[in-house]
Amino acid sequence: MTTLDCLSPTQSARVLGVRGADGLTQRLLEMGLIEGTNVEVVRLAPLGDPMELRLHGYHLSVRKSEAARVEVEPCV
Amino acid sequence: MRVKAPRATVTVALVGNPNTGKTSVFNALTGLSQQVANYPGVTVERVSGTLWTRHGPVQVVDLPGTYSLAARSPDELVAVDMLLGQLEGEHGVDAVVAIVDASNLVRNLYLLSQVFELGLPVVVALTMPDMAERNGRPVDAEALSALLGVPVVPVRADRREGIDALVEAIERSLDSQTGPPRESLPELPASLRDAVDALRAEFGDAVRREFGHELTPAEALRAVVDVDGEIPQRLARRLGPAFEARLAELRREIAGERSPAALEASARYAWAERVYDRAIARVAPRDGQTLSDRIDTLLTHRVWGTVVLLAVLGGVFQAIYAGARPLMDLISGATALAASAVTATLPAGPLESLLADGVIGGVGAVIVFLPQILLLFVFVAILEDCGYMARAAFLMDRLLTRVGLSGQSVIPLLSSFACAVPGIMAARGIADRRDRLATILVAPLMSCSARLPVYVLLIGAFVPERSWLGGLVGLQGLVLLAAHLIGVAVAVPVVWLLRLTILSGRVPAFVLELPAYRLPNLRAVLMRAWLQGREFLVRAGTLILAASVVVWALTYFPRPEEIARHYDELRERAVTVSQERALDAAEQAEYLQQSYMGRFGRAIEPVVRPLGWDWRIGMAAVASFPAREVIIAVLGTILGVEDASEDSPDMIRRVQGARRADGTPLFTLPVALSLLVFMALCAQCVSTLAVMRRETGSWRWPAFAFGYMTVLAWIGAALTYQLARGIAG
Repeated sequence: MTTLDCLSPTQSARVLGVRGADGLTQRLLEMGLIEGTNVEVVRLAPLGDPMELRLHGYHLSVRKSEAARVEVEPCV
Repeated sequence: MRVKAPRATVTVALVGNPNTGKTSVFNALTGLSQQVANYPGVTVERVSGTLWTRHGPVQVVDLPGTYSLAARSPDELVAVDMLLGQLEGEHGVDAVVAIVDASNLVRNLYLLSQVFELGLPVVVALTMPDMAERNGRPVDAEALSALLGVPVVPVRADRREGIDALVEAIERSLDSQTGPPRESLPELPASLRDAVDALRAEFGDAVRREFGHELTPAEALRAVVDVDGEIPQRLARRLGPAFEARLAELRREIAGERSPAALEASARYAWAERVYDRAIARVAPRDGQTLSDRIDTLLTHRVWGTVVLLAVLGGVFQAIYAGARPLMDLISGATALAASAVTATLPAGPLESLLADGVIGGVGAVIVFLPQILLLFVFVAILEDCGYMARAAFLMDRLLTRVGLSGQSVIPLLSSFACAVPGIMAARGIADRRDRLATILVAPLMSCSARLPVYVLLIGAFVPERSWLGGLVGLQGLVLLAAHLIGVAVAVPVVWLLRLTILSGRVPAFVLELPAYRLPNLRAVLMRAWLQGREFLVRAGTLILAASVVVWALTYFPRPEEIARHYDELRERAVTVSQERALDAAEQAEYLQQSYMGRFGRAIEPVVRPLGWDWRIGMAAVASFPAREVIIAVLGTILGVEDASEDSPDMIRRVQGARRADGTPLFTLPVALSLLVFMALCAQCVSTLAVMRRETGSWRWPAFAFGYMTVLAWIGAALTYQLARGIAG
């Protein structure tokens, strides 16, 4: 198990859960980062942060510090 | 206790995610009848309009775009309270039009599932059916309607397709007054439902007593799930520690492995996926990347993306800095013409001066902002509509988070280099309240175009013309550049301090959707620019006008007879026209000297002495409150200049030749530099403050900005004066 911020571009993973119980965690969940979701890292911004994700057929940008809350299981 | 307002009109609310074409639907429904106001106490716009149905007029309210009904800030609470019928001064909602983006169905259904639980009649407007088709995932509206148990109307608002059907569906739902059928609601886990039931059973009476309304299942669910949320906080404030303790207990009982929020999200997404699977007409194999993906490969590219971003930012800046210039000159010219027409027709006196200098000058000062505001908002609307704004934020975020702002601050701050007024208005696009306030508070530090005349005058008169490297680098140019950079340099520690003090708190989240690119809708773009312009005129314009009339009065009164008599005698003895004009100028200078403003300038002389100024410069700086460039006119008048402008030779000569009481020159290089630094950092611009008041909904923030900037400007000017004097010896 690893966290979403550790993935590199074009890597895909399955979400296991989001750590924490505050508003940010709730926001990530509402945007669809829930258990079982397939998520792909599309690219990183030119300065290396934030990262662009693809999930549920749309694109989402999150900072690495936020992605670090998302536990994932990389797909091989 | 709150009393419900009488049901005066029928209200329909538009609810949906951002980037779903919600505003286009709103425009198509309400046309030109739109009104923009503010909800009390927050910085959220209340956009409403009238829809004519067969029952008569219906009020349509366009609620701010949101991904969820879990409100985590007062701004987000507005939409939720409106739907719950708990907003002060609003009578509640009779039906909901839920905007659902067909090309992004699953995530849009998440919000819809929450809206369904409100028990209000719901009509679904299915937007972007064409985009879903192109992506190979067309939505079967009839199947979706059967699954959801509510009408689903496909619309292409930009072409007005489906709008008539949507209006009919709204009319029917207003007749029926029934919410979505129970069987189409998502099934929440039993543990959540039990907690909601328990909360309602135990606190229903207390809520009715304290708030005057029922604790609905929807509100109770938000209380249970939203740990940092506004709704549980508001309930806890009124219901006390017993409520808080019980809430914590209920949350502990629910949460086994997962948080209540994770349970809710999983249940809703499971429901959304189920509906999606059955509502998709057919699944075409995806042929690799969509067009939007391919565009993104270029526009967010490490090198090319940055190049395009710089080009876009440069273009926007150039347009409002230089592109708006001809129109602004036209407005200034027309204002001057109108003022001279008044001077020519009316006899000289208070009325003539009030009209020419106070009113016409004031109105001119207001409408002169319109070209920049309209142009900037055309750009902002295009960039937002086509999806590029989110990319700009994505590209810039890292850079701006280092100084405590967010990627979304780019356009507001950039625009502020042309003018802080449209810049502050553009800060509306920043999602987080603290990010927005930080951006608004430092926007006036960016050196705007109104400071330029002041820089030009002072540099032209006092900075020696020296150049190096064969004329490539000039001293005057360097000072001008430094004048522009000082605001940026000061803004960085200011934001840092704000973040440590009044705007402290966790770094706000940057969870930002990057919507698919699409062509902007010209009508919506123009509509948006027009509404912004109109709003500025109505809300900020009156304040600006009032301020310029007050400052006019302070510089005009009192008018002692002796001065007029004295100068009339002198004029009779004058031989040439130029002598007469010199006497006119001297008369004006004497009036100004003994005006209330002049007296005030003398009173504050001790305060401005450390800056190397005398009372005349102090007074001119104070009198430039309506707008910074006014300082030139006031300095010109007090120094007896006949034609005051930053590049008139007479003005430069008079400024260079001005003497103090002891005969030493008034302006030396240190004094000029200290005034320059003061004008770069001060908040002498009533329009900026008026717009700040308008955007933040309170006088607190403009008062704070005025206070901190004036203190900074004073310190900066004093340091500059002392340092420059030390170096100059």
